[in-house]
Amino acid sequence: MTASPRKKAVKEIIIDEQFCKGCNLCLVVCPRKVFSGSNKRSRAGYSMPQTTDAGKCSFCLLCEMICPDLAITVIEENP
Amino acid sequence: METSVIHGNEACARGAIAAGCRFFAGYPITPASEITEFMSRLLPRYRGVFLQMEDEIASICSVLGAAWGGAKTCTATSGPGFTLMQEGIGWAAETDTPVVVIDVMRGGPATGQPTSSSQQDVMQAKYGSHGDYEVIVLVPSSAQEAFDLTVKAFNLAEVYRNPVLILTDEIVGHTREKVRIPGQVEIVERKRPASAAAGYVPFRPVSGGLLDGMPAFNQGYGILVDGQLHDEFGGRAGHKPEVSAAMVERICRKITDHADELVDVEEWMVEDAEVVFVTFGSPARPALRAAKDARSQGIKAGFLKLRILWPFPDKIIDRVGRQARQIIVPEMNMGKIFREVERVVAGRAEVLSLPKLGGEVHTPAEIMRSMTNGQ
Amino acid sequence: MHPLADKYIRKRTLPLIFCPGCGDGTVLNVFLRAVEDLGIFKDLALVGGIGCSGWLPTYLQSDVLHVLHGRAIPFACGLKLTDPRRKVVVFTGDGDCVGIGGNHFIHAARRNIDLTVIMINNGIYGMTGGQVAPTTPLQGRTQTSPYGNLEPPFDVCELARSAGATYVARWTAAHPVQLLRTIKEGIEHPGFTFIEVMAQCPTQAGRYIEGTSDAGELLSLLKKRAVSLEKAKEASPGEMTGKFVVGKLHHLTGRKEFSQAIYDSFPQEKSG
Repeated sequence: MTASPRKKAVKEIIIDEQFCKGCNLCLVVCPRKVFSGSNKRSRAGYSMPQTTDAGKCSFCLLCEMICPDLAITVIEENP
Repeated sequence: METSVIHGNEACARGAIAAGCRFFAGYPITPASEITEFMSRLLPRYRGVFLQMEDEIASICSVLGAAWGGAKTCTATSGPGFTLMQEGIGWAAETDTPVVVIDVMRGGPATGQPTSSSQQDVMQAKYGSHGDYEVIVLVPSSAQEAFDLTVKAFNLAEVYRNPVLILTDEIVGHTREKVRIPGQVEIVERKRPASAAAGYVPFRPVSGGLLDGMPAFNQGYGILVDGQLHDEFGGRAGHKPEVSAAMVERICRKITDHADELVDVEEWMVEDAEVVFVTFGSPARPALRAAKDARSQGIKAGFLKLRILWPFPDKIIDRVGRQARQIIVPEMNMGKIFREVERVVAGRAEVLSLPKLGGEVHTPAEIMRSMTNGQ
Repeated sequence: MHPLADKYIRKRTLPLIFCPGCGDGTVLNVFLRAVEDLGIFKDLALVGGIGCSGWLPTYLQSDVLHVLHGRAIPFACGLKLTDPRRKVVVFTGDGDCVGIGGNHFIHAARRNIDLTVIMINNGIYGMTGGQVAPTTPLQGRTQTSPYGNLEPPFDVCELARSAGATYVARWTAAHPVQLLRTIKEGIEHPGFTFIEVMAQCPTQAGRYIEGTSDAGELLSLLKKRAVSLEKAKEASPGEMTGKFVVGKLHHLTGRKEFSQAIYDSFPQEKSG
């Protein structure tokens, strides 16, 4: 599942609250500023990020790849 | 059947090959180097892998990796290298990994007496690694036994999925004698688990406390082999006291519950003996001579030779202790197995230690004299 | 969780043991993608040493050995040599690989045995609470260098290359795309592959050496310190202080691989 150069539309970006540890690396690496902080807590009590601008996503998949807990999945619209 | 005049070290190598050993890693050390040398010559003929590794730690670790790669494996060393291998031996016990480790005992401690014999490692063989675990230890006293007991060691390693140690000594290792090498020996083949991969629980005993076969890597079992205490699936359990305790108990009882099957002794005229020499390894030979000489002088002497030293044959020693008046334990150390005999006999007979240091084995006269002194 | 995790991870062992923001997790993430892209799952034989990074392979459903501290490489040699078709990958940390494991590391490189050794370098002994390591920067304050580390650190890639490794690369946990490409290439390379991954350690090295446990800040530090091969060639030694070179640093083809050498050396006819 490596990034493809062809233009894609994102359906949604899932952050699995079972595994997210609130490290915010997704926030830091995203070149399009798709993520921001939130008040939501993950299952283990960590502050989770949220996607505020999923439409800006360029499918670089850096968030998916960087996540140390394999908690992020970027779902394509009509793959 | 082939008959050769070879020394114990070569006999160990020939025994390993006959038993199906196809991976050996070792490091040069006197007086064990010949085992490594012979394996370097023999293994390639059988498409077996020989390695001289960078040290003894790499040797034990690579043979353990090879065991999980599917091979019957072996390494050989002497005191200083045996010490270095202890962590690996503990890992093998903790992970139910079959492996044969040969220690050709020499004078210690430290660099000690590299070219002379001793039996100083007998306790280290049982207790050398940290933690609670069990090993099976065989002690050849001749080149023939070096061959026979090496074959037996490989078979025991497969049955119990455990490290099995062979303690020879410099005398056995370097003395050339007649050895009969059969064309075929009885060997225990490694068997794959009876369960299919999907339902396989790797560390759950299936009968008699023993595990279900021995998988190899890349057979589809997806097995997690962890040196940390683990549950039946191999998952870490250090944070779960009951699971941790159960695992340590299982790997120990795997051997101790089978102690009766793990008895291998030779007896000579013990039934009516008043004095019994309890022996193992090189001193067994002058001790048998002493027992025969004693009998010819009208002394009711008997001779017992342990070929499996650990698990210690409590029941045999207990029987001897109830029937003899005096038990003498000649050993080439400060007196170690003597304590085990004393423990079992529990005062029912007089137990004398006959230690000998310096590198030479006891003479029959020395053993005779110890008996006389006691009477 | 991500579909690749669903496919390859042992569910029984979740959640992952890594601290929030740990670079180890990113390496695991990237490794799963490498396994998927190469289609090598059934040939995998993984070995983990002792330390945080050693846990990484235990999360996969493949056959895994979790072995003694410093000894992952000799265990891996045993696995490789019993069946050279195996894809043997070793996960080790800086202390595990070049502290206690240093001797095995240089000899395996010397032999050019086909292993892929992924050393995750956080510059500290993390699992035990943050003690000084052979890769800790000079002056670094740790639990056993409270007045500042006096020992110059290893350049482990240089060590690997001079010992005989035939594929040597360095990336960081801030470079997952490049790391993925390198891991795939390294696994395919028939010889001793050494891949160093500089990684953030928020809990130990972050707090003690860098003065922050914010994973994002530590990731930015990694990016800032990473200098490409091309730029490094132009830079003066002064400009490279506190920095390290990333990229494929050494790649030699055509040198005999060790397991091949062993199997080629068997006599044609069995005798004895």
